[in-house]
Amino acid sequence: MLLKDEVDMLRRVPLFSQIAPAKLKLLAFASERMTCREGQNLFRQGDIGDAAYVILSGTADVLVQSEAGEIRVAEVDKNSIVGEIAILCDTARTATVRASSRLEVLKISKENFLELMSDFPDMAVEIMRVLANRLNHTTNELTEARSHQQRVPT
Amino acid sequence: MMEKSLARYIWSNTYKQQVWILLVVAASMVPYFLAFDLPKRIVNGPIQGQGFEEPDTTQRFMAIAFDMPFLGHVELFEGFPLGRVGTLMALSTVFLGLVVLNGLFKFYINTYKGRLGERMLRRIRFSLVDRVLRFPPVHFKRVKSAEIATMIKDEVEPLGGFTGDAFVQPALLGGQALTALGFIILQNFWLGMIAASIVALQALIIPRMRKRLLELGRQRQLTARQLSGRVSEIVDGIHTIRGHDASNLERADIADRLGTIFFIRYDLYQWKFMVKFINNFLAQVTPFLFYAIGGYLALQGRLDIGQLIAVISAYKDLPGPLKELIDWDQARQDVQVKYAQVVEQFDVDTLVGPHIQTLVTTPVEKLSDALVVSNLVLTDDSGAPLLNRLSLEIAPDTTVAIVGRSNSGAEALAEAFGRILWPTSGHITIGGTDLLELPESVTGRRISFVSSETYFFHATLRDNLLYGLKHAPLKTMEYGGQNQRKVKRNLMEAQRSGNPALDLNSDWIDYTSAGASGPDDLLKVIRPVLDAVMISQDIFDLALRSQVDVSAHHALANRIVEIRQAMRRRLQDADLEEIVAPFEAHAYNLQATVGENLLFGTMRQGMTGQALAAHRYFRKVMGETGVSAQLYAMGLAIAENAVELFRDLPPDHPFFRQLTFMSADDIPAYEALLQKLQNTPFEEASATDRTSIIRLSFSYVEPRHRFGLLTQELMAQIVKAREAFYADIPADLAERIERHDAEQFTASVSLMDNVLFGRLSFQEVDTTERIRQTIRDLFEELGLADHVLSIGLDFDVGSQGRRLNTVQRQKLNLARALLKRSDYFIFNRPLSALDQRAQDRIVTNILKDLHEEGHRPAIIWVLPNAQISELFDRILVFENGNLAESGSFEELSGKNGMFNQLLS
Repeated sequence: MLLKDEVDMLRRVPLFSQIAPAKLKLLAFASERMTCREGQNLFRQGDIGDAAYVILSGTADVLVQSEAGEIRVAEVDKNSIVGEIAILCDTARTATVRASSRLEVLKISKENFLELMSDFPDMAVEIMRVLANRLNHTTNELTEARSHQQRVPT
Repeated sequence: MMEKSLARYIWSNTYKQQVWILLVVAASMVPYFLAFDLPKRIVNGPIQGQGFEEPDTTQRFMAIAFDMPFLGHVELFEGFPLGRVGTLMALSTVFLGLVVLNGLFKFYINTYKGRLGERMLRRIRFSLVDRVLRFPPVHFKRVKSAEIATMIKDEVEPLGGFTGDAFVQPALLGGQALTALGFIILQNFWLGMIAASIVALQALIIPRMRKRLLELGRQRQLTARQLSGRVSEIVDGIHTIRGHDASNLERADIADRLGTIFFIRYDLYQWKFMVKFINNFLAQVTPFLFYAIGGYLALQGRLDIGQLIAVISAYKDLPGPLKELIDWDQARQDVQVKYAQVVEQFDVDTLVGPHIQTLVTTPVEKLSDALVVSNLVLTDDSGAPLLNRLSLEIAPDTTVAIVGRSNSGAEALAEAFGRILWPTSGHITIGGTDLLELPESVTGRRISFVSSETYFFHATLRDNLLYGLKHAPLKTMEYGGQNQRKVKRNLMEAQRSGNPALDLNSDWIDYTSAGASGPDDLLKVIRPVLDAVMISQDIFDLALRSQVDVSAHHALANRIVEIRQAMRRRLQDADLEEIVAPFEAHAYNLQATVGENLLFGTMRQGMTGQALAAHRYFRKVMGETGVSAQLYAMGLAIAENAVELFRDLPPDHPFFRQLTFMSADDIPAYEALLQKLQNTPFEEASATDRTSIIRLSFSYVEPRHRFGLLTQELMAQIVKAREAFYADIPADLAERIERHDAEQFTASVSLMDNVLFGRLSFQEVDTTERIRQTIRDLFEELGLADHVLSIGLDFDVGSQGRRLNTVQRQKLNLARALLKRSDYFIFNRPLSALDQRAQDRIVTNILKDLHEEGHRPAIIWVLPNAQISELFDRILVFENGNLAESGSFEELSGKNGMFNQLLS
């Protein structure tokens, strides 16, 4: 796939929709295109996060290690971004992302990602929106789990 | 104690040679004076005709005859009768002979003195290093290594030059000066006395003036020594200096020191020439007195003019030797000061006795007695107490865990066991002998001490790992022919300088104490130890990244075809074959750069891309195949793309890191170049422009850069150019380029590249780790794991082992001790750089492994956490320098004491 095809693909990702094509081309050039086969980990929980990934095609499961074993907390697919939390907060990976079908991803290194955010505030807002959505989702699930738990003891 | 006086030191070590050289010098005086006398005889005799008054007079040449009391005239040889010309020739020949003889004497004396000096230098240097090896531990906290090195290397150097002259020079010059003075006194007593009193004045004043000179010399030596100490501190502490932005403080300090040194040296010059001036003046005063007083007396008729002239002409022989004598004395004092300064630093009272370090070549008996600590008190350098009156006993086959917070006394006890900290009072004994009195052949072999501090020598990993086994030369080496003579000579010379006759080339490795029988099965004992400290993988990876010395590891290199095939099979089985794009002689490799595809090989050391690009043959092939023009077009496209992408970016933008073929600074230059070359066909572009454009194409990798510039035709053309390049390659290029060959081991690339024989595709996540694992399994399967380990052990660890990280160094430090199979192992938090889990695993491994083998050594381990102490027979809990609790895990964890606090 050529750089210019990638630019078309990136434009369809909501995160990058506000960014000029010339800049997207630069981003595509500065990032690595990678594949990940089905069943393989894109990254593992507990690893040090050095990059975020934009999924260009395919689907992946987001898994978290718990005392009861691995729990699937979400599924991500085309045009979504994963791995940004570890970059933003400088923590270890909070979850494992495993390909559930062959993945095409764009690997954006930590430095490039941070640079992009400062260059394009729109993108930062978009990231915030994504994170807020996730938090909302998590809060809902937590509320549900708590209420479930309170009902159980009796 | 070292001899404080240099003269006595030199005399006691070299008096035989000094006496000999004095005798030789005395003997050399005979032809020397004969040669003086001869010209007069030649001129007076055959040339001016004295004794040849008649044309056919002959004289007897070389007659040996003398008058003896009681015996009268004795004639031993009546000589040859010779005419005038014959005598001239004969006397001239004798003169020539004397010249040669004098030269030979000089030659012999100088080389003899030189050799004497060099031996002395060797002796003193060796004895200084010998003392360093025996310094007490506390002394090393006060000295700087660079200062010690400067003393041994530079400061004693002048001693060598002085040794040869130490006694010969004053004897010779003193004799000459006394003779001259005596001669003057004989001519005229009072004038002689005048000369003698001036000499006495010189002898009185000059040494006084020298006092200041000597003091300055001492200061010069000290400041220079401190300078080298500071320079080494800068080198060792560079990260601290830069980390705190203190480099300018260091600059100021160095500038200040250099300033001090400058003024000391300048002062020294002023004094030196001042002394010289006064000395010269005094020397010139004497003839002035002769002329003035002697002349006045002669005018008054109280002195014979002939006598005056004789005195003056005799005087000309006095200043020469006198001046040299004074110079010699100056050198003597200078060297004496230097020597005293050095000796002062090496004169340490509590030096370890030489008997502690005697060479022992036989196996040392096992220690089967308990380690007994009685009333042991330990304090630190400042006198603060570390351990209060401790008494305990450790049986030879128990495992003992020592736990406690830092500064609880646990580490101090371990250091005392390791003889790093000497007791303030009390003793540690084994079988009744004080640990400090045991020779190092026992403590260094039967007891192993490991702390978190590591030291590695600048050598290979193997050398460092086996260092703990090299106690003595265990094999008598057989040398043949020329070597034998050389070795014998080296040995003799070593003895003459008081150096030991130890053969460095012998095999020093004590295989038996490591549990091996010889070099062949050494790896078999090393491997489990490396596994136990969990460093085998690191060493394996080092091996994969390093270039292989084919001559040393031919067993592996010879099987490279098999290895590559097996690798390919494994990749196929794991469905990973597309991860590696293999090199094929007649195909383009998409994962490699255009340049790599053209070259299809690696450049050996010393060859560069520029040299290749400039080579006539390479240019010819590129031009004839038309590849140059194609790559030019490609380079232009790359430049356009790069300029378009990066034009507006600030030069420090992180995106530039992806731009492998140019730097941020190149962008404007290429922008201008593109403007200039617009519509310029390849043929019309200048050579420099062509080069800078084509250069860009060489680093292009299509899947990485994705500009869509590599067509099928171009790839085919590049492969064709590659074939043309190798078809007719000249010898000078062929030997500097190692072509990819599926059948051959490539010496100039890493082992990993050799196994892969292709380029890794980085397009898939996690490839490197998976590949590494595959290669690891592969070598295991082929039975080559030991070879790979051995290649890893060839790794050069760098200065102080800095090419390894702290974790690796601590693991290796532990492994080095474990290899020794001692009876007592003392581990003082040896793995402090590792995380808790890794430490616990290694503790478990070692306890299991060491006791599995059958011989049960005692293990005394200062543990980082109390939990793991469950594995030990006995636990000692320390608090504030006291032994708080002692017992087994069950006993202690049941009690509500200190141990339970540490556990939680």
